Amino acid sequence: MRLGREEVLRIAILARMGLSEAEVDRFKDQLSHILESFEILQQVDTTGVPPTTHPITLVNVLRSDEVIDSLPQNMVLMNAPRKDGDFFKVRAVLGET
Amino acid sequence: MSVILDPSRLTIHKAHELLKTGQLSSVELTRACLERIQQVEPKVSALVTITDRLALSQAEQADRLIASGDSSPLTGIPVIIKDNMCTRGVRTTCSSRMIEDFVPPYDATVVEKLNGARAVIVGKANMDEFAMGSSTENSALFPTHNPWDLERVPGGSSGGSAVGVAAGEAIYALGSDTGGSIRQPAGFCSVTGMKPTYGRVSRYGLVAFASSLDQIGPLTRDVTDCALVLNTIAGYDPRDSTSVPCPVPDYTRCLSSGLGGVRIGVPKEYFVEGMQSEVAAAIRAAVSKLEELGARADWGVSLPHTSYALASYYVIAPSEASANLARYDGVKYGFSYSDTDNMWEALEKTRQYGFGPEVKRRIMLGTYALSAGYYDAWYLKAQKVRTLIRREFDQAFEKFDVLVTPTSPTVPFRIGDKAEDPLQMYLSDVCTLPINIAGLPAISIPAGFAGGLPIGMQIIGKPFSEETILKIAYAFEQATDWHKQKPNI
Repeated sequence: MRLGREEVLRIAILARMGLSEAEVDRFKDQLSHILESFEILQQVDTTGVPPTTHPITLVNVLRSDEVIDSLPQNMVLMNAPRKDGDFFKVRAVLGET
Repeated sequence: MSVILDPSRLTIHKAHELLKTGQLSSVELTRACLERIQQVEPKVSALVTITDRLALSQAEQADRLIASGDSSPLTGIPVIIKDNMCTRGVRTTCSSRMIEDFVPPYDATVVEKLNGARAVIVGKANMDEFAMGSSTENSALFPTHNPWDLERVPGGSSGGSAVGVAAGEAIYALGSDTGGSIRQPAGFCSVTGMKPTYGRVSRYGLVAFASSLDQIGPLTRDVTDCALVLNTIAGYDPRDSTSVPCPVPDYTRCLSSGLGGVRIGVPKEYFVEGMQSEVAAAIRAAVSKLEELGARADWGVSLPHTSYALASYYVIAPSEASANLARYDGVKYGFSYSDTDNMWEALEKTRQYGFGPEVKRRIMLGTYALSAGYYDAWYLKAQKVRTLIRREFDQAFEKFDVLVTPTSPTVPFRIGDKAEDPLQMYLSDVCTLPINIAGLPAISIPAGFAGGLPIGMQIIGKPFSEETILKIAYAFEQATDWHKQKPNI
């Protein structure tokens, strides 16, 4: 599985990961090398084998609908890089591409 | 102080005796650890944060509790916490520039439990960034050095935790293990390290890496201490819906020295090509020792899907990581690129400058494996192989109580040796990561040395068989003195 530069850039957009030119080149080679070695997975016959998403059998976990304490707003906001009053401050979303 | 205090040789159970009988105070013990930290930290760099003031105030509280006669086994005893577990008011960095200044507003459940036992937190341990790595070289802050040879890695990702215990900076530590991150550094530093069954210990407040694989566990100086720490941290937590509501036994009660009737399997696939011959020899000798103690060993067990575990793991773990680490957007906490008004640019540059190379590599790998057109061939395929690996273990445990393998294929390697080749680095987890894939419990205990460098033995059990594992590890420990050897530092 050889990845080209365009493939790396496509993945970077999906991951919202800014990459330098040097990183694009390095990841192109490293990810290709890693994926090539992982192609052995395709040798395994998994016909009729269900996927495992979790090592324990998970069922829906419910709790009774009771009000419990949550963190006060000022503590939730205490690590925010930008805030305005009781809000996280974000850059304009609408009108951007 | 009426005893000669060397904090690097004290166990939890010995310290507890000294505290309870008034031969030692928690403040004295804590001061001794803090002095030891000052002495060895310039050489090993195991700690991201030293919490000396917090520790001394916790020690004073512990001494009051002990004086009132109401102490528990961990009361007043210094511990180091891996820096991916939230500590209220104490920064929790994951050894990443991304959250270098993050101060959690709450405690992880395990930290809450230690605080409830009046433990003394002396520091937060260095690690591979976001727990991604096998050498602690991926810390964005600084590398940690192995106390057995300062030019070698301590293993990872819980390298700081293992070194803290091995070098005497605290009496025990907590680590986390996603593919071997407790056991491999425990093996490399000659301490005891256990990854409990998935679901045994709450992950609430553990910064997520790969949520179906992550598990918190103890790093200690002996097996008794491991059982004591597990007693405190195990159990159901409504805040972690993957924690399992089954009762927590007293793990110290299973510690007895006879191994009559115990059935051990030695899977041949774990003695891989490229394994150092001294490591294989040490583990064979260790299994012979277990036979001497009464166990029956089958040396011909085969787990043929083992050779696919590495590829399966390194598709699943990065996929989960790419989803979990999407939260680092520079809005809620952490590093935030500020030199733009464009939302997308801010997001991309925050992640470009905030994450280190291995974290980016794994996010990219996982994003690819989950992306449209590749999901079935990579992520889904890896999950199906995961099923086959788990089934193979389940079948083996119909015949055996435990499986015994080396913890790592080699002794600790030199700093820098594998840093440029990610795939080589991934191979150092080859013996440990199948256990996370299957969600099983496993321990690494000291089992020998080659050229003065530690060798770890891994004992793997079926889900929730921690008692069986601890019993076998304890019997081995009582019959050997590998765990008593300490690095000269």
